[in-house]
Parts: sequence; structure tokens; C-alpha cells
Amino acid sequence: MTTAEARVDPTHRRGWWEWLGNFFTSDIGMKWLMALTGIGLLVYVLAHMLGNLKVFISAEEIDLYGEALRELGGHLFPRTSILWILRIGLIATFAVHIWAAAVLTKRNVDARGKVRYHAKRHWAAANYASRTMLWTGIIVALFVLYHLADLTWGFANPDFERGEVYANLVASFQRLPVAILYIVAQLALAFHIYHGAWSMFQSLGIAGSRYNDWRRAFAIAFAALIFVGNCSIVFGVMFRVIA
Amino acid sequence: MDLTLRVWRQAGPKAAGDFKTYHVEDVSRDASFLEMLDQVNEALNAQGEEPIAFDHDCREGICGMCGVMINGTPHGPQRGTATCQLHMRKFSDGDMITVEPWRAAAFPVLRDLVVDRSPFDRIIESGGYITAPTGSAPDANLIPVPKDAVDSAFDAAACIGCGACVAACPNSAANLFTAAKIAHLNLLPQGQAERWNRTVAMVETMEEWFGSCTNHGECETACPQEISIDFIAWMNADYVRAQFKNPSKTGRDNL
Repeated sequence: MTTAEARVDPTHRRGWWEWLGNFFTSDIGMKWLMALTGIGLLVYVLAHMLGNLKVFISAEEIDLYGEALRELGGHLFPRTSILWILRIGLIATFAVHIWAAAVLTKRNVDARGKVRYHAKRHWAAANYASRTMLWTGIIVALFVLYHLADLTWGFANPDFERGEVYANLVASFQRLPVAILYIVAQLALAFHIYHGAWSMFQSLGIAGSRYNDWRRAFAIAFAALIFVGNCSIVFGVMFRVIA
Repeated sequence: MDLTLRVWRQAGPKAAGDFKTYHVEDVSRDASFLEMLDQVNEALNAQGEEPIAFDHDCREGICGMCGVMINGTPHGPQRGTATCQLHMRKFSDGDMITVEPWRAAAFPVLRDLVVDRSPFDRIIESGGYITAPTGSAPDANLIPVPKDAVDSAFDAAACIGCGACVAACPNSAANLFTAAKIAHLNLLPQGQAERWNRTVAMVETMEEWFGSCTNHGECETACPQEISIDFIAWMNADYVRAQFKNPSKTGRDNL
């Protein structure tokens, strides 16, 4: 929001660094960052779910899986070093995603102006998921912190014992409020993915008659897969399939 | 048919506005929405009151001047038409209709239902020129253009710049407008020389005034020309491609 005098001069010669700097602070560039980090987070969420489904095999299997993550890199690298590299990458991905969302939200609120429509907006295309992205995002972010406190750091879980993945998980989900919280968070995540996994193609410029049919199907399938997969573990504990 | 209108009245850009209620009687079902407003204004004139100010020009859906928010929908309940093409038969007798101006920080209200849409002109200006030969008209088939490109470019060029996309957007983003303008030149051979400079300049001018796209798709449904949000994706792609072009070799910078 500046005056007309400050607008872009198309004859101005720019170096590539200036172009890239402009790109990553432009709205479209930030949406690119959100889409790229979103893909990273989708891959993580999928891998996390697939790994955790090992609880249905056996207690030993999931505990060994946790140990295998700490042992990544085998004898080539120090223990947990590769895991920490992955964790730092994941934290950075989260940080960029949230930072870009915060900056864009601020810009959008400013662009909207002070006076709003009085008549109730008749939404023709925007859906519940797309309009609640900010809130489902906040719920998921807060849930991630709780989830870490519950099953990684352990201070939110009175029966926590380090390295006992299976036992910790069962102890946690057997408490009804915790189970409900996990399911609500998964619902928020599913809504977030439903819009995000469709929207990212748009931000990355992958749209058109060749893509539009499967983009929506992909988003629905991904959201449903994550929701069903993750909730199956919670329900598994609640209904004593896992105990 | 008889109607009740709630219309936003605002004396000037700095004045505080408010809704005023008007009862309109004997509205023809065949009247357009603007003709219905004319009828209200004639009655207001007769009473010595200030008529409702609204933008309009061609009244056949091609100039892009008219456009108001009707019951929370830009250009009213009918898809793919401007306010002037909306007939009163889309409403029923006794309806209450709320009429508001476009709302966006970049579109300040000048008076009543009239907003200042000049940021659109700033976007167009920053696009510069295309290398179309001037002088005597070139032979129609001098520059071969693939049929697909012509069709897509024409779909984009249908944009009349009414501002409904901005009005419909929860973020007041002008991505559909800018994408349509960019696509209709970038798809054609005549638009290639300036393609990358134009894309960057128009996108960055747009972002000075408007919000960002969160891919709701409201703009597409509000657009009287039903321009697809696929063009927004295409603009996103072109904006990124422009970053990787050697700026010293794009457009007139290399002259």
C-alpha cells in the first residue's frame, strides 16, 4: 500500500539477487514458499503416519522403529545426528510456513480495509476448509506442541518413559480427554490438508484442464488417508485393539 | 413487484456513510437492476432528495463500469453477468435487497455506490506496451497464432475490469484481474518481447494495492465474464519463470 509515485519502474535494471529478494517477499513468492513447505510437511505427516501404524504389528516393532530413527546413519554418523538434521529441517519448514502465513494474513487484513460488508456474504466457491485455514493451522500448531510434550518430552504424560514408544502411546490414549483432543486435532489437520493440498498446485502454477480433475481428488484422498490412519491408532487404543 | 432496498449512502470520500431504506413500488420484472435504481432516483428527484450515485455506462455488460454488492454477492445472484444485465425477475415481490459498494482498502468509496478503481489503471499502466506493429494494419494472417492460444487469450481478454473479483475476495486480492490482463498478452506472439518485464511489473504493482490469493475461488464465481482461476495459476508460474530470466536480456533492458 503505497502511493502511485512509488510504483514499479519496468525499465529499471535489476541484478538477479534483487529479483530473487523481491520474489521471496512478494505475495506470490510467499505463496510459493507456503506451497513448497506445505509439500514438505505433507511428506512428513505421511511418513509419520506410516511409521506409527507399526503399532498394529507389535509393541516390539514400534519400539524398534523409534530406535531405528535414532540410529539413522548407522555406524557412519554419531547416534541421533541424522535424526537431528531431519528435526532441524522440519522445524525450519514449520517456521517458514507459519512466518509466510502470518505475513500474508497481515497484508490481507490491511488490504481488506476497515469497512466490511453488512449483508451476510453469500459464499459461492469458498468452502469451510478454505475459510478456516488460519484457525485449523493454529489448532494444528498448538496440537504439535502438546503432542511433543505428551510423547517426545513426556512432561504432559504422567506415565511417560523415555524410549518406550508403545507403552507411552497406550498410556496416553487410554485417557479419554487426551484421545478426544487427538481426534479433534486430526479433524483440524484433515480440513487444513483438504484445502492446502489442493491450493498448493494453484500457488505453484500447476492448474488447467490437464490437472484440475485430479487435484481435488488428490487433496480429498490425502486428507482422508491421514485422518483415518492417525485416528485408527487412537481408536485402536480406546477399543483395546492395542493394549 | 414491490421491493424494499437498503442502500449505502455516503455523501463523499471523507463523509461517514450509512444505510438508508427505500420502498420501491411497481418495479417491472423486465427491468434491469440499474433501471430499478433509476426508478428510485426519479422518485428521489421528485421529492427533492439527492439521488443514489452509482457507476454505469454501456448497460450491456461490456464496459465494466457498473457493479455493486447485492445481498452479499457481487453483481447479484445471477452467474456470469454484470449488474446491468441482472433482471428484476431474479427477485420476488416483497424482497429486501441490500445494496453496497465494493469494499477494499484499494477501492475507497467516492460517493454512495461509486468506488475509485484507479489502482486497476496503475496495474495496466505498469504493463507497458506490446510490440504490435502500428501504422497501416498488418495482414490478418501475418503472425501465425495457434488456435488454442487464441482461444485462451480471448478468454482472458474478456475481462472488463469491473472489480467484482476484488469485491468478492475475502483478502481483497486483484489476482484474477491481473492474471487475466497478463495472460491475454503473454499468450500471444505479439506480447512475448515484454513478457517477463510486464509480468513482474504488473504483479508488483498489484501487490502494492491489493491482498494475496488464498485460492478460495470466489472471484471466478463473481466474474461477469466467468474468467477461470487457472489464469491465476498461470500468472504465478510466469512470475516465477520471470525470476530466472536474465533481466539484462528481457524486453527493452537489453537495448
